[in-house]
Amino acid sequence: MSLTEYGLQQAINALSIGSLYALMAIGLAMVFGILRLINFAHGDLMMVASYAALFMLLAGLPFWMVVILAVIVGALAGMLMERVAYRPIRGAPDVAMLLTSFAVTIILENGAVMLIGARSRPFPVPDFLRQVYHLGNLTVASVNVVAIISTAILLVALTLFVTRTDTGISMRAAADDMTAAQLMGIRINRVIAAAFAIGSGLAAVAGLLWTAKVGKVDPYMGFFPVLKAFVAAVIGGFGTIPGAVVGGFVLGILEISLQALLPGDWSSYRDAFVFGILIVVLLVRPNGIMGARVREEI
Amino acid sequence: MLELHQVEVCYGAIRALTDLSLHVAEGELVTLIGSNGAGKTTTLRAISGLLRPRHGTILYEGEAIHALTPFHIVQRGIAHCPEGRHIFANLSVDENLRLGAVQRRDRDGVQQDREWVCELFPVLKERVSQLGGTLSGGEQQMLAIARALMSRPRLLLLDEPSLGLAPVLVDTIFEVLRKLKEAGRTILLVEQNARLALEIADRGYVLETGRLILDDSAAALRGNADVERAYLGG
Repeated sequence: MSLTEYGLQQAINALSIGSLYALMAIGLAMVFGILRLINFAHGDLMMVASYAALFMLLAGLPFWMVVILAVIVGALAGMLMERVAYRPIRGAPDVAMLLTSFAVTIILENGAVMLIGARSRPFPVPDFLRQVYHLGNLTVASVNVVAIISTAILLVALTLFVTRTDTGISMRAAADDMTAAQLMGIRINRVIAAAFAIGSGLAAVAGLLWTAKVGKVDPYMGFFPVLKAFVAAVIGGFGTIPGAVVGGFVLGILEISLQALLPGDWSSYRDAFVFGILIVVLLVRPNGIMGARVREEI
Repeated sequence: MLELHQVEVCYGAIRALTDLSLHVAEGELVTLIGSNGAGKTTTLRAISGLLRPRHGTILYEGEAIHALTPFHIVQRGIAHCPEGRHIFANLSVDENLRLGAVQRRDRDGVQQDREWVCELFPVLKERVSQLGGTLSGGEQQMLAIARALMSRPRLLLLDEPSLGLAPVLVDTIFEVLRKLKEAGRTILLVEQNARLALEIADRGYVLETGRLILDDSAAALRGNADVERAYLGG
């Protein structure tokens, strides 16, 4: 295998894992941008959507329908989470909101353990997502290709949404200046619900792709992805959608590079290196890669 | 058109407005003057629904609006251009103006108003695709007023439009206010620059530590010795 081929191979791996982080980080960033809430329960939406998909598949629904319904379930779960847990404490200190998100995580994960069981369940991944293509010396898993393409499509759609529609522009406005957004007569509750729905729908897509990759579902599957997505969002500059996307891909590239470059017995420390790099990034650029501006709320 | 009756507003335990009553008639330009912390901004925030009065009533066209949300108050035709401009820094000038009209469904009317505000403030036309945050202070103030006008308000609340601006820009802004007044717009203007405000206003109210201390025609207030000493720097 030539060096170019090796590079290409790793680039595909980096893009596919970066796609998942980007999809997850967008939801975190949208919600943080508007509410100053770090929603740690965001990862559990992956789990909710994946279990929903599992049960629908077991019930015999066709795969394409399962995907659509699971994304809808994820979006609704996110909206419900906002309505039940976060709306009542809106405007509370950041710490109170953060702790509430931990509570939501604990309730969802333990709820899943009690209702479904702590053991992971095999996920019947359809054949077209289990293909491995060989192009010359390259090995490409179909699930990675699907991840990259679907993320690209979703990013284009999201960009059009936030730049062309009233709701999308209102969402960016609310993140910019909540008071002014209210004074424009923007329906804040609706904008926040939309942000949760979209972010959660994207988390559901990430959850399904993740599940298709690993072939199983368990109650804690969202824990590491949400941490990684948090790192991605922070690297990119927390609270902005472009920052989240850039951060997601940077993190993907970082991880794959570390895996490729670190000597064999070090690669189990990959995550330690990732978090170490996060610290360095924050020391050099406290507002993240994309966050050039410093804004203080009074 | 707008009537406040014995309005009291508190921030937690601190009372910011006490027993405030005032009114604005259709087509009037009324100014609210007073030093820092007198309760001028609080009054506007209570009218636009950002704050709830603890006591008292706010009537707009005969209906109580003091328990409504900002959304419903904008819907009734009140626009509030806040102190400190509060433009959307990461949105383009175009998007800022678009959000000013976010509740409107009459596309043609919105387009007309967009052209009209760009005539009022020609500099905005050159900046449509620029981000709000990259505008100068004066341009941001113009954008804030233009954005408030985009909702085609029947009552415009303006908070400190001259704050922190160079004299030539203050003149530009007040020239526009004069035009709006001539066009029959109803405006409630909060200003620290009492001299300028009383020059264009029909009537004025003077606030001091949350209470109304004077209320008269602008001409009479200009000639009032106390007002002159306290607010006109005479």
